[in-house]
Amino acid sequence: MDEFVQHLTVFVLACFVGYQVIWKVTPALHTPLMSVTNAISGIVVVGAMLSVGEEMGIATVLALIGLFVATINIAGGFLVTQRMLSMFRKR
Amino acid sequence: MIEFLWLVASVCFILALSGLSTQATARRGNLLGVIGMVLGIGATLASGRPNPLWMVAAMVPAAVLGAVIANRIRMESMPQFVALLHSFVGVGAMLVGVAGYYNHPSETLDAARVVHLVECYLGVIIGAITFTGSVVAFGKLQEWISSKPLLYPGRHMVTGGLFLVSLGLGAAFVMTQGAVPLWVGAALAGILGVLLVMSIGGADMPVVVSMLNSYSGWAAAATGFLLGNDLLIITGALVGSSGAILSHIMCKAMNRSLFNVILGGFGATAAGGPSEEAARLAAKGVKSTAVDDVVELMRISRQVIIVPGYGMAVAQAQHAVREMTELLQKEGATVRYAIHPVAGRLPGHMNVLLAEANVPYPIVLEMDDINQDFSDTDLVLVLGANDIVNPDALENPQSALAGMPVLEVWKSRTVVTIKRGLNPGFAGIDNPLYYRDNSLMLFGDARKMVEGLVNALKGAGHH
Repeated sequence: MDEFVQHLTVFVLACFVGYQVIWKVTPALHTPLMSVTNAISGIVVVGAMLSVGEEMGIATVLALIGLFVATINIAGGFLVTQRMLSMFRKR
Repeated sequence: MIEFLWLVASVCFILALSGLSTQATARRGNLLGVIGMVLGIGATLASGRPNPLWMVAAMVPAAVLGAVIANRIRMESMPQFVALLHSFVGVGAMLVGVAGYYNHPSETLDAARVVHLVECYLGVIIGAITFTGSVVAFGKLQEWISSKPLLYPGRHMVTGGLFLVSLGLGAAFVMTQGAVPLWVGAALAGILGVLLVMSIGGADMPVVVSMLNSYSGWAAAATGFLLGNDLLIITGALVGSSGAILSHIMCKAMNRSLFNVILGGFGATAAGGPSEEAARLAAKGVKSTAVDDVVELMRISRQVIIVPGYGMAVAQAQHAVREMTELLQKEGATVRYAIHPVAGRLPGHMNVLLAEANVPYPIVLEMDDINQDFSDTDLVLVLGANDIVNPDALENPQSALAGMPVLEVWKSRTVVTIKRGLNPGFAGIDNPLYYRDNSLMLFGDARKMVEGLVNALKGAGHH
């Protein structure tokens, strides 16, 4: 239970950080914001990696599928964000 | 060591998002995001977990696939692409949740175990809703599914019932620790995701996509709780609040509550009738104009504002619009763009399309920064936009749009609207702007019309 409360503390603080940071994002970059948050939420790959076991059981198979899908997200999200951001020019 | 690297990765992600506060720092922000991801994945791979080769084997083809799609996707299709990516996060979170269960299938039911099972169930449920909801959103944006809201009798009862049954199955899952309630709960949540998004109309798509963005974050955070991993919790919280704030901004820009959007059905119900003033103007009909006349107007206009909407993206008129802008600037006019927060199908979509067409971002302004300037403007060109320039929003309390902040284009000297026909906009609401005395209609395809204007301006330059 203590461990849960610790994680909850981190979660609540991170929500506040997110709130502060996101309000400062310029509306012109809201689409890149979506694609980059998409990319970083691909961090569930770490969760998938931690769920891969010693043997090819059901948990490992599911985790590997999760790993595959979330990695598409990471590569796709970061690259498309880069593509979009490189288009914005001052003149 | 691994926890330390995960912490650094979390900080990188925070900096990646804060980089987006200005154009100048945005690219560095994205790079920091990549660094954070490499650190997070690298640290996990190197931490001596079993079967790292299997992991790499799953990741390499996925990375190639993601890169290929990201390089090929058209900027007009960005809303669909974003929706698709949301669905992947949903699947990922759902699978990690289920795997978390199978890794520890049955144990003594103490307090810690209850917490673990609840986290597991929540991750799976939120993941499933995100997955199917995003797939439907993708289908609607891709126009594989009708963008009209799906309405059937008692739909609130059905969705409410599904929600309650999912909760009940959660309780059953915790008590029995059996796989069946988990899988059935996931399936019901999946159906719930489909029904929720099916009932939301096309005009509300920016909110839906933002909301699913938020869900994908909460799903990632839930898996973080399940695995006791702060990196996932922090990242999930960042993404979750990001999507929530975007949904809030979109709702405010439409004067709707998030609850009202989620309940769905907007755009299918009969809208309030036109005001008497609008009816009087409508009886007079609209004034149709021609390319040459608009060019004459342009040549005497000093202050010009262009209002783009989704129609510009559909017609792919943005490159012709940029060319027209440059020609007008050569003639000495000041040309700016006014962007409504819900123009397009995705927050900020217009900005990306204009950037792709090489329109410099300093002349692309947000609604609040330009709305007071319309009264000093000679000519406004409305391109494939409708509801966001509807004066009824401010003037007719009976209108379905009443109270929505809009671009007050009618205050300028002349408004030229380029439009295919007089059919109402996405929300199915009539627009009295077109009947105003200072309003002209240029009927036709947005791209063909703007290209016509460009050619006429080129000819007119040599007199």
